[in-house]
Amino acid sequence: MWWCLSLALFIGLWELVTALGWVNTLILPPPHEFIAEISNQEQFLSPRIGVARTGGNFVLLTAIVATLKRVIAGTVLGFIAAIGVGGLACYFDLFGKLTLPVITLLAPIAPIAWIPFAIMAFGIGDGAAIFVVFIGIFFLLTLATVNAINNVNQLYINTARVLGASRRQVMFRVILPAVIPDLFFILRINFFAAWMAVLAAEMVGVNTGLGAIVMVGRQMFNAKLMFLGMAIIGIVGYLLDVGFRQLQQRVLWWKGSSQI
Amino acid sequence: MAEISCDRISKTWNSDTSEANLAIDDISFSVESGEFLVIIGPSGCGKSTLLSMIAGLEFPTVGSIRFRNEPITGTSTHRSMIFQQASLFPWLSVIDNVAFGLSLQGISKNERHDRAKQYLQQVGLLKSAHRYPHQLSGGMQQRACIARALCLGTDVLLMDEPFAALDVQTRHQMQKFLLEIWQGTGKTVIFVTHHIDEAVYLADRVLILTANPGRMLEMVTVDMPRPRDMLSKGFEYHRNLFVDHLRSEVVRAFEEQELAEMLDTRIK
Repeated sequence: MWWCLSLALFIGLWELVTALGWVNTLILPPPHEFIAEISNQEQFLSPRIGVARTGGNFVLLTAIVATLKRVIAGTVLGFIAAIGVGGLACYFDLFGKLTLPVITLLAPIAPIAWIPFAIMAFGIGDGAAIFVVFIGIFFLLTLATVNAINNVNQLYINTARVLGASRRQVMFRVILPAVIPDLFFILRINFFAAWMAVLAAEMVGVNTGLGAIVMVGRQMFNAKLMFLGMAIIGIVGYLLDVGFRQLQQRVLWWKGSSQI
Repeated sequence: MAEISCDRISKTWNSDTSEANLAIDDISFSVESGEFLVIIGPSGCGKSTLLSMIAGLEFPTVGSIRFRNEPITGTSTHRSMIFQQASLFPWLSVIDNVAFGLSLQGISKNERHDRAKQYLQQVGLLKSAHRYPHQLSGGMQQRACIARALCLGTDVLLMDEPFAALDVQTRHQMQKFLLEIWQGTGKTVIFVTHHIDEAVYLADRVLILTANPGRMLEMVTVDMPRPRDMLSKGFEYHRNLFVDHLRSEVVRAFEEQELAEMLDTRIK
């Protein structure tokens, strides 16, 4: 309810300001104009953005799919690798001592800063974008995994040991399930860093996807296209967060929804 | 042959640093099979430490603990511990929690659920088998923990103030319930508490410890038939006996601490 009102007020003000002619509509087009651009996208998008078409001529959908594919692939790979490396670092003391300092040093490098290297190493395309997302997730989540494992309630570990669990069983049957909620929460936050990184990558090098649409809009001095791209980015990002929360509730059934 | 025997054990925390802290000093006692021993003492007397060592989670710095004449080298399914906070795994249903120990041994799901159900029935939780721990009350959670230990066929129940976090009503119910289980199964129980009535109500024998470090003050046999009436003369006699012992002990510990602090400030 408030959600709709807030949005309606924002769009209404925007329309009013443009209708009164206070701003240059070439640079700041009103919402109804750039949303109408959806029907028109073919002429702007097809010449520049070399995405293969997925049925019909709906280029926008191909762009969304291209971006989503990269974000999801990078996130899944990063999540698995982070849990694996974090778990190993805690399980094998020596491995942890050798890897964690390096990971701690690499973690603060923003994923965006990896884009030039990614493009040089993987060329323009999916590989580079997935790599950037992976980097954005992997380092921070590995450190978070180690931290979460060290903070697992000793009571659970002692209980499992008293019930006869071996060291390996304690790791897989107690510590991993105990840290998953924390990791999911951190993943959800880092996911947006990755989402932004992939958009930035699409703007500067990987010439396909949602980020590229915004950039083409600028290059062709078509503000409508630019804003259309931005609106889609906002909506897709919001839907992803909703999806994430749903997933969290499914996977973490044992926590009340208030705790997520 | 004693079920558990502790032979002149001492435990020092951080023994290799300058902050060495003697927690338990030269304690010896033994527990017979099927006996109900209560360990009571003021806070800081190392009663939980003592229990962890019998469980095999910690090891004494000096002395040895034996289970059926074998030195304890680690945890074992023969000795199960019930902690003060209910320690059910929140991501498992009640029945899977109770069957957790069996699943560690690779027993098939059908068989371990069958066995778990039997013990859930015994503790009156069969209806809650498929609920999750956060849906249970504190008393129910502790009963599930007891079922989990029984389900493994444990011989010794080590209970570390298991009812301390419960309200008075539930607490008394749980004490009655524990006695029923104990009388029905013949398990050996070592029960730590700082609650005097609880000790008198439950124990065959009571071991009283001193504080800082934990030393043996007295071993008292509570020779009263069960169920015990908290208003009876015998109950009052034992209660007063323990109150006297503990009071002098608490006062001594308190005075020692004050004295130490006074000396500390003088030196500064």
